[in-house]
Amino acid sequence: MNIIVCIKQVPDTQDIRINPETNTLMREGVQSIINPFDMYAIEEALRIKEKLGGKITVICMGPQQADAALREAVSMGVDEMVLMCDRAFAGSDTWATSYTLAKGIQKLGKFDLIICGKQAIDGDTAQVGPGIAATLDIPQVTYVKKTEEIKEDMARFEKMTEEGFEVIETPLPCLITVVKEINIPRLPSLKGKIRAKQAPVTTLTAKDIDAEPGKLGLKGSPTVVKKVFTPPKRTGGQILQGDTNEVVNKLVEALKDMVVAAGKT
Amino acid sequence: MMDYLLTEQQIMVRDLARKIAKEKIAPVAAEHDEKETFPWDIMKVMAESDLCGVYIEEKYGGLGGGAMELCLVTEELSRACGGIAICFAATALGTYPIILFGNDEQKQKYLPDIASGKKLAAFALTEAGAGSDAGAIATTARKEGDYYVLNGVKQWITNGGEAEVYSVIAMTDREKGARGASFFIVEKGTHGFDFGKKEKKLGIRASATRELVFNECKVHKDNLLGREGMGFIVAMKTFDKSRPGVAAQAVGIAQGALDHAVKYSRERKQFGKTISSFQGLQFMIADMATQIEAARALTYAVARMVDSGARDVSKESAMVKLFASDTAMKVTTDAIQVLGGYGYMRDYPVEKYMRDAKITQIYEGTNQIQRNIIALEVLKEQLRK
Ligand SMILES: Cc1cc2nc3c(=O)[nH]c(=O)nc-3n(C[C@H](O)[C@H](O)[C@H](O)COP(=O)(O)OP(=O)(O)OC[C@H]3O[C@@H](n4cnc5c(N)ncnc54)[C@H](O)[C@@H]3O)c2cc1C
Ligand SMILES: Cc1cc2nc3c(=O)[nH]c(=O)nc-3n(C[C@H](O)[C@H](O)[C@H](O)COP(=O)(O)OP(=O)(O)OC[C@H]3O[C@@H](n4cnc5c(N)ncnc54)[C@H](O)[C@@H]3O)c2cc1C
Repeated sequence: MNIIVCIKQVPDTQDIRINPETNTLMREGVQSIINPFDMYAIEEALRIKEKLGGKITVICMGPQQADAALREAVSMGVDEMVLMCDRAFAGSDTWATSYTLAKGIQKLGKFDLIICGKQAIDGDTAQVGPGIAATLDIPQVTYVKKTEEIKEDMARFEKMTEEGFEVIETPLPCLITVVKEINIPRLPSLKGKIRAKQAPVTTLTAKDIDAEPGKLGLKGSPTVVKKVFTPPKRTGGQILQGDTNEVVNKLVEALKDMVVAAGKT
Repeated sequence: MMDYLLTEQQIMVRDLARKIAKEKIAPVAAEHDEKETFPWDIMKVMAESDLCGVYIEEKYGGLGGGAMELCLVTEELSRACGGIAICFAATALGTYPIILFGNDEQKQKYLPDIASGKKLAAFALTEAGAGSDAGAIATTARKEGDYYVLNGVKQWITNGGEAEVYSVIAMTDREKGARGASFFIVEKGTHGFDFGKKEKKLGIRASATRELVFNECKVHKDNLLGREGMGFIVAMKTFDKSRPGVAAQAVGIAQGALDHAVKYSRERKQFGKTISSFQGLQFMIADMATQIEAARALTYAVARMVDSGARDVSKESAMVKLFASDTAMKVTTDAIQVLGGYGYMRDYPVEKYMRDAKITQIYEGTNQIQRNIIALEVLKEQLRK
């Protein structure tokens, strides 16, 4: 099984500062970590490999410093690492990032499974995983909370939904994004750390991936960030109490009031 | 921070142990203490992280380090829980006789599983009538053809019942006195080898302490370590190498207690100020930190001396065990003092450090026995001059 795990390096803090002029993240002076959801992706890849054998490659688009994130993945047991690093990639939104990663993955050759975290904690979009699958034109299962079965050419996953979960069977190759319920990521091992220090990083630049220049970086990014803000907190709503008859009557009255109020505006 | 000129690999070992202590051990330390449960959860993490074999040769699946690596790991784990740390360190104590006196077959057979963390080990010397006076052991090993038949009861054996591999000393020839003891490797499950009840203890309550009961227990002669009659030499050489490990446990416990005390002192307000602003308290903290650093420096120095292959390290390893354990006792008592009444309460983590520290003054030779060793060596040196 050839598994590719996409990881992102993110700032290690919940209160990230935002540059008020550009509306982008200010990363200076903040420690970097592997996006926590990607840790579950790495762990799931390791568990699948332990069962079926094969190879795991981690791929990351980012600056040279993202090297540290890749090496941490190797210290956990990942086999190979690829850094997609080029000035041409700078300023990518989720669209351009998905495209670039998909091109990079194509360059790596045959694969059976791509695993991403459900979202990155700095952007919270949950778009890059699905974007890669769309660009590569392969099936995707998002919010996976369990790998039920996985074989040479098919896999069955449990996908988390708001009400419960769905069981989805898909041919391979495919892409999944995973949620934190799926596993508990392991710590690095000593032998892994020693290997991670010496292991080579493959670097891919814009030239290496046969990309259309117009689709990369800022130029290839249709998203414009107008404003970043915290949405207002949802209020708790109103809970009606009493026996069934009473509650139904109260509800009907409340609904009537709402209809009247709506009619007035 | 003092720079102890650790190698890159030693820093890696220390940092990984620190991460495990912080992320995995600290959250469960109080529960294992309270319920006196064996920390198999943490032993599994240790195994997966390759830390179990840091002091074992690469040839046998270890990292190829020595006493220094053993100390770094033990110290970091102890900072979160001295009881959990000793499950690791007592395995090292039980493994050293094999490392030091095992032949290649014995090493091939036992070390890889210990290095990988698949098996724990234990060291069995103490008996009801033989504590400080090791020469008084009554367990016997009678030769019968290709086997030795063991009879007797070992007491207070750390990892007893949990470990798979036991290094056990027994008298093979009572007539010969100190030259009549021999060391054996005995595997759990051997016919005639059973365990007594688990002891209830003041501290290090995550660790298991049990009796080993040998009743006509047949052990193959291939499991004899070194030669017949070398038993006490094996024990003494093992202690020489392992005592820095007890010192490291003590340093870690002391450091953990200080960490909590300092943090608390900056939060607790009395007389309208944080208590850390009172000089009376600052002086205590200064003394605690200084004593810990001195103990750590001595621990690393002796561990390095051991790893350098120095022939005789009895005096130094006795000194470090003595000094670090007395330091731990003093620092942990003072840490409670810094927390005042809160320090005395089990809801706060500091009283546990004091309970855990106490054992370091007792096992692997009480501190009185360490002083005996040191004095003897110092006086001998004078004679040689
Ligand atoms: C939690 C725990 C775990 C242990 N784990 C192990 C283990 O894994 N393997 C193992 O073999 N043993 C183990 N032991 C035993 C430990 O090593 C002994 O308890 C220790 O050697 C002291 O022996 P004792 O308890 O019989 O005390 P005693 O020897 O009876 O000593 C009592 C007191 O007399 C003092 N004393 C004795 N002789 C002298 C002297 N000549 N001069 C001055 N003072 C003296 C001692 O210092 C002490 O203060 C463990 C003990 C405990 C409590
Ligand atoms: C088991 C137990 C039973 C108790 N029983 C009773 C009882 O029956 N009735 C009752 O009223 N209380 C009781 N107490 C409370 C006890 O008297 C207090 O714990 C004690 O006065 C210390 O206060 P504290 O714990 O708040 O520590 P803190 O006052 O917070 O002191 C913390 C540390 O700061 C130091 N410190 C504080 N101020 C200064 C300063 N100005 N200069 C230098 N150092 C300073 C202290 O010496 C200590 O080391 C009991 C406590 C315990 C633990």
